[in-house]
Amino acid sequence: MADLMIEREVLIEAPAEVVWRIVTEPDQMTKWFADRVELVVEPGAHGYMHFGDQGGPVVVETVDPPARFSFRWNHPREEEPEAGNSMLVEFTLTPEGTERTLLRVTESGHELRDWPAAEKQRYASEHQEGWGVFLDRLAGVPAVRQPG
Amino acid sequence: MTTQVDDELWSAIGDPSRRRVLDLLVSHGAVSASWLAGQVPFSRQAVSKHLVVLEEVGLVSRRKQGREVLYLVEADRLDQATRAMADLAAQWDRRLAAVKRLAETAHAEGSDPPR
Repeated sequence: MADLMIEREVLIEAPAEVVWRIVTEPDQMTKWFADRVELVVEPGAHGYMHFGDQGGPVVVETVDPPARFSFRWNHPREEEPEAGNSMLVEFTLTPEGTERTLLRVTESGHELRDWPAAEKQRYASEHQEGWGVFLDRLAGVPAVRQPG
Repeated sequence: MTTQVDDELWSAIGDPSRRRVLDLLVSHGAVSASWLAGQVPFSRQAVSKHLVVLEEVGLVSRRKQGREVLYLVEADRLDQATRAMADLAAQWDRRLAAVKRLAETAHAEGSDPPR
């Protein structure tokens, strides 16, 4: 469970299957995401996203059509991405009736490594609002909040 | 690539206990490590470690007041971190809006997504 997360969502007037294809097919991803996408949509697959003359490797984590797709990126070049050295991007598609889909994306950062589970639990229950409230106060950014 | 949230900064604020410390500093101004330790469910040593990390990335600075050392938030640096997060959120909003447009067009045309 990651601890710092950006979460955004949008309601789309289309069935989840259609949204799934736009989100996951490399040909479609180039229309809304990267300039060029080298990616096989399979768990564990290594790919590459090009953004202009920049870009970076990605590693697919979860592929569960048409509901969940996730990958890790922004990990150090020579390392395998894992919790702690990378960002996890996760798309969740939730059907609302047959003609609408709620698409949610989260991007979450480095996880906590040296924090006992009981303390995490306690912290989470005591301070659910902490980060979101903190950032709201500073910059009026309702986008960033803690999961759960 | 994505808006680069500087790695050290991200990792400094990625830890909820450090965010708790930061949050307290934001809402209470200059306070001592012992005062902070009284507000959080972790040890004084943990608080000190968090303060060291926050100081290293420039989010927090210290000043002496009598015999006490007080810690306070560096507003500019915090603002920079906040903006980086806001940029990242805005970037995802733009991407999601594009997905919405593409999916709704494809669905309205009753066809496969256009190639």
